[in-house]
Amino acid sequence: MKILVAVKRVIDYNVQVRVKEDNTGVVTDNVKMSTNPPDDNAIEEAVKIKEAGKANEVIAVSIGEEKAQETVRKALAVGADRGILVKAEGIIEPLAVSKLLQKIVEKEKPDLVFMGKQAIDDDCNQTGQMLSALLNWPQATFASKIEIKDGKLEVTREIDEGLETIEIATPAIVTCDLRLNEPRYASLPNIMKAKKKPIEQLNASDLGVDTSPRIEQIKVEEPPKRKAGIKVSSVAELVQKLKNEAKVI
Amino acid sequence: MAVLLIAEHNNKELRPFTLNAVTAASQIDSDVHAIIIGQNSGDAAKALSELPLVKKVIHVEAAYYENFVAENFAPVIVKLADNYSHIICSANTFGKNLMPRIAAALDTSQISDIIKVISPDTFLRPIYAGNAFATVKSKDAKKCVTIRPTSFDPCESSGGSAPIEKAEPGEEFANTKFIKREEIKSDRPELGTARVVISGGRGMQSGDNFKLITSIADKLNAAIGASRAAVDAGYISNDHQVGQTGKVVVPDLYIAVGISGAIQHLAGMKESKIIVAINKDGEAPIFSVADYGLEADLFEALPQFLEELNKLNTIQK
Repeated sequence: MKILVAVKRVIDYNVQVRVKEDNTGVVTDNVKMSTNPPDDNAIEEAVKIKEAGKANEVIAVSIGEEKAQETVRKALAVGADRGILVKAEGIIEPLAVSKLLQKIVEKEKPDLVFMGKQAIDDDCNQTGQMLSALLNWPQATFASKIEIKDGKLEVTREIDEGLETIEIATPAIVTCDLRLNEPRYASLPNIMKAKKKPIEQLNASDLGVDTSPRIEQIKVEEPPKRKAGIKVSSVAELVQKLKNEAKVI
Repeated sequence: MAVLLIAEHNNKELRPFTLNAVTAASQIDSDVHAIIIGQNSGDAAKALSELPLVKKVIHVEAAYYENFVAENFAPVIVKLADNYSHIICSANTFGKNLMPRIAAALDTSQISDIIKVISPDTFLRPIYAGNAFATVKSKDAKKCVTIRPTSFDPCESSGGSAPIEKAEPGEEFANTKFIKREEIKSDRPELGTARVVISGGRGMQSGDNFKLITSIADKLNAAIGASRAAVDAGYISNDHQVGQTGKVVVPDLYIAVGISGAIQHLAGMKESKIIVAINKDGEAPIFSVADYGLEADLFEALPQFLEELNKLNTIQK
């Protein structure tokens, strides 16, 4: 079985994001970038399946600027076998990403495609579902447990009401929740080894996909600030304030 | 052209956030049609027809719609899409799972999780877990939009009498099978809609200590939340998690106990009307969003809090 894992380079989740003064976006210069956190879970799961002898190849693919190569390299350092970088500039919307991934899927013919359930930059939560629509494959979104049984997958999904279990036939798409597993750290020897693993480089334009944005980003602003609150000195004062000032109890 | 709202329900009744989604849909266009797809879902369809803002209900039933599998739902909506300018659904796990499948089939770039309708093609949505707000304009002819339910008020739920039209089901998608759903049952209000939420963080130190929170939640008829740190530490199950990767809550009163206030937690609760923080670290970031901060040891403060509440006559129900 072959598993393709899509990974995205985003602003590190520990960075306090700042809006640009001209309101055209957020500050990315000299800001630490990392793999989108649930994409780390997607890679981890694929590598675990390979280690269990149920897959023979894990391919990491990223779409974005040249530097997204670092994100692919990190996936190689934790166990992916080879990488693909589809170079594209500017904002590539999930619809365009899913069309590019569709081209990669048609070429590589994986049995499974994994990715994070959502990217923590645009918070869209669309790409996996869109890719499965384009391919007419089953989708298991927000996965917190994956079991492989006779060529089928039993996936537990995190839903608002609790948990849901579905069975999907391969080929299929799975989008991963943070609770799926505990991503490993890359060891130094594996980081060195990853440098020798191949990364194929493609241009989005070569894949015949129109990636021009369909959504115009008019402006990006700071969210409204909450007005500064007060510190109370005792529980009794807190309860009085809640009752008489805020009138919420 | 009318807008099509996808109703979320459990086959017996509408799920509450459908009412918020109807409000959002009506702000885009007053001609709101609502589609309900399910099995033995006549009562829910009737409830939908009674929403005064809904002008027409489209009801589609088949056995394989009982469990809301997106692969089965999407083609039904895609088939009707020609008649509508917008397709709208709540941005909860139901809508998040379903809408992109519709949008891709329609070759539309979806706009997710809007918090405000600026005009029929322009919307406000949070990005970076709410650390920035983007104003975005769709250039697609047809628009697929999911709405953040807590950012819109629920619509009136009675007095309407929209016609209910039956539509033909689509084919069953053979490669996805529903197996089971384990719903978390509770006598408490649901976290997403509760008027009061009290949440515990890593400062609780153990799952057992959450009983301090439970007793206050009982008194205030509050839902119980938690930070990701408390969930990861195993103190409480993950359906209680508030934050970017959990639930977004907007209660009248949010009480954060032993929660430092990581960015990802703040994203889930900072729109609450009144925020109380109880933390022994006076420098904790949670105090920067709190209306009332109490710098204290929670193991002393919580029992006192309960005692003070017991002195009050008002018990919230």
